[in-house]
Amino acid sequence: MRAVADWFFRHPVLGAGFFILILPFITPYTALAVMILVYGLYALGFNIMYGHVGLLSFGHSALLGGGAYACGIALVHLGLPWGACILAGTLAGTLIAFVMGALAVRTRGIYFAMVTLALSQVAYFGFYQAEPWTGGENGLRGVNLRTLGIPGLSLDFTTPAVRYTVIGLLVWGAVALLARILASPFGAAMLAVRENEARAKACGFDVRLVRLQAMTLSGAFCGLAGALLALHLSIVPIETLHYTTSGVAVMMAILGGSNTFFGPFVGAAVFLFLESVVSTRTEHWPLVVGVVFVLFILLARQGIWGTLVARLR
Amino acid sequence: MSGPILSVEGLGMRFGGFRALHGVTASFPARMLTSVIGPNGAGKSTFFNLISGAFAPSEGRIAFEGRDITGTPQHRFAALGIAKSFQITNVFPALTALENVRIAAQALVSRHDVWRRRDELPGLAEEARSLLEEVGLTHRAGAPAGSLAHGEQRSLEIAMALASRPRLLLLDEPTAGMSPKETVVAMELIRRLARERTVILVEHKMKLVMGISDRLLVLHHGELLAEGAPEEIRAHPEVRRVYLGERA
Ligand SMILES: Nc1ncnc2c1ncn2[C@@H]1O[C@H](COP(=O)(O)OP(=O)(O)OP(=O)(O)O)[C@@H](O)[C@H]1O
Ligand SMILES: [Mg+2]
Repeated sequence: MRAVADWFFRHPVLGAGFFILILPFITPYTALAVMILVYGLYALGFNIMYGHVGLLSFGHSALLGGGAYACGIALVHLGLPWGACILAGTLAGTLIAFVMGALAVRTRGIYFAMVTLALSQVAYFGFYQAEPWTGGENGLRGVNLRTLGIPGLSLDFTTPAVRYTVIGLLVWGAVALLARILASPFGAAMLAVRENEARAKACGFDVRLVRLQAMTLSGAFCGLAGALLALHLSIVPIETLHYTTSGVAVMMAILGGSNTFFGPFVGAAVFLFLESVVSTRTEHWPLVVGVVFVLFILLARQGIWGTLVARLR
Repeated sequence: MSGPILSVEGLGMRFGGFRALHGVTASFPARMLTSVIGPNGAGKSTFFNLISGAFAPSEGRIAFEGRDITGTPQHRFAALGIAKSFQITNVFPALTALENVRIAAQALVSRHDVWRRRDELPGLAEEARSLLEEVGLTHRAGAPAGSLAHGEQRSLEIAMALASRPRLLLLDEPTAGMSPKETVVAMELIRRLARERTVILVEHKMKLVMGISDRLLVLHHGELLAEGAPEEIRAHPEVRRVYLGERA
């Protein structure tokens, strides 16, 4: 057991691949597994700021939502090929995060949370008002991707297995890229800034620039998650941009363990699994999920994955 | 070269209406150990913060190796060749002692690169190891910095400052909170470090630095009260008056 766990922690990318491989077999239906992939990526992207740089953002809904809308608009209004739509979503998340970061990185702590929250509200109303492009309060409908043209091959994206495989591969690629970025010199710069700002500056790190770069990267991953969400749901609900979506990222990261690489992904899986199980039995499911969340905060501060890592190491 | 490595002219700092430092003009010869002393609240840390770039001065200028560096952002100081250890210990608590020093060394060569793997940067881990050895922390390399004893954290901070290969090393009360035994070891280390680079040491215990300093600067109420060789300072009537009753 310990040996297996150790292997898992030492090879996070292969471990994540394994997790993605078995996920559809342990979830009751494939659509839930796809949601776990998408939100897992979103939570990992969010955790770049929270776990690795030590800044709590409350505006990440704008990055997920911005990515989802950009991808949807590219498909519905511009008729771009699917790869370009996903790229558009990723770029939109990156760009929104850059602007947010440029305005917010001089603050920290609760002020950073407030500034990012305010900016995400601006995004919400912006997309809400741009009805001809975004569908306003009805959301952007008709994000229908039926066939995936890959050179030499045409895949039916409406088949759950195909959908899961395609999204799973993209998410796995993103996870591998993220693991690589965290192992880079910049990854150490983020840790330095998180651990001690004064010392980081004395070492020569430009703290604001490190934060801005991290926020922008975070936007790329969350934007990609948003794009995949739009393709999966075939609609972009305006609620994607709601601040509760930002809160969901915080809960997932903490539930799974923000101090580990893969914790937020596990947090997303548990969160969505709970939601799907409980919401079919009672409409008060947020209460149940909330209680579970609070129990974890009180009893397993490292989160589910964080506790496992600590126990099995 | 025997000219000053650092010189300050008319240096002053105000916090609101309060003058923490005023009209300090001094120069620091290269490859010497100069100590800045003074009673509590004399403005030593303020002076230290100004010459290490933590704040920009309200008045006056700072020149390093003949270049005006007044107002340079703090994060550029390491690359200029100025490093420091703080009066209050500042390390990366969750990271190992070795990683603390390795990151400090990395900051000199790579800060924003996302494409390479940091363990492929040549020489950094070896450099970090040898710096830990220099400050006597080899046996603690794998321990999280936050779990080190206070004195060990102070030594770790010195190793981190050295990792940016400074030509000017600034130390603010490096022995604060150390046991007498640790203090002796630390002073010996500082004396050794001062052989190869310029060191400015801020300390309020005059006795501690008398033996190892080449020169002393005395601050009092934010102003420069005296400067000179240890014997001169010891005999200085004003300094004796300020330190009377404070037998450090
Ligand atoms: N950021 C600040 N804001 C307001 N006042 C300050 C600030 N920093 C220092 N001071 C004041 O400036 C004066 C000089 O402080 P400083 O820390 O430089 O003294 P010091 O000589 O280092 O003393 P110590 O030996 O206690 O470390 C003190 O009266 C202090 O209260
Ligand atoms: Mg002081």
